[in-house]
Amino acid sequence: MKEQKLQIFVSIITNYFNQFGTEELIVDTPYLLENQQPKVHDYTGVIGISGVQKGVVYFSATSALLASILDSMGETDKSEDNLVDLAGEVANTVSGNARNEFGAEFHISVPLVFKGSPQSIILPKNGRSFIIPVSWRGQIGEIVVCLQD
Amino acid sequence: MYKLMIVDDSNIIRNRIQRAYDSGQFMLVATATSGVQAVEKFNIHRPDVVTMDLTMPQMDGLECIAKIIAIDPEVRILVVSALSDKSTGIEALSLGASGFLCKPFSEEELVESLYELVQD
Repeated sequence: MKEQKLQIFVSIITNYFNQFGTEELIVDTPYLLENQQPKVHDYTGVIGISGVQKGVVYFSATSALLASILDSMGETDKSEDNLVDLAGEVANTVSGNARNEFGAEFHISVPLVFKGSPQSIILPKNGRSFIIPVSWRGQIGEIVVCLQD
Repeated sequence: MYKLMIVDDSNIIRNRIQRAYDSGQFMLVATATSGVQAVEKFNIHRPDVVTMDLTMPQMDGLECIAKIIAIDPEVRILVVSALSDKSTGIEALSLGASGFLCKPFSEEELVESLYELVQD
């Protein structure tokens, strides 16, 4: 994937947090990892991509960031089930919204979610992964985009 | 009062929709987490209005819309999905959905979309 396409994901994640209308999302400088597995935070939602492009898009965040998002949604239940669910839902929304730019042949899977360290079988170790670090209300997360044309 | 069914594999989205709709106009009769479960529950509860996610396990939302419309062509289906490309929206509408709300959505947008659905 070319670096220029990264702006699509930056715009989508910014728009996602704009729905809450309170505090702006801070997007740190994206960077590239080659042939390394990116680190993850407390909870991660992974979307498999197939069709015109292949790879994964995932959202990984601290439990504090996810809890803040749940607060903004009016959700009082901050159970682990809901934190995991939210990580998957954010990943799903980011990937689904990307179809507006990549087209209907950008096929997305249902979210695969996990807590803690990555399963090496899930996240790619090879190829180029673009990391988009974000913070909101002082809590951190990241979007990782690893796509092959 | 319109009978409402919420279909989404995400618990937090189902809860969010439940908190947002106007309880004076809609009565929740069922929730479902997959297309398969949605068709089963539709046959039991016969809701007037359905909110439908598209990316779900077992049976996706587009297939589920077709099956539900085959059972009741009069049901109003509001697609609530992150799939934002035009062709998905057109496909959903051609299968019989009545409206499309793209995620992420605000509570106000959801309420407005549900209101428009039953006004048509």
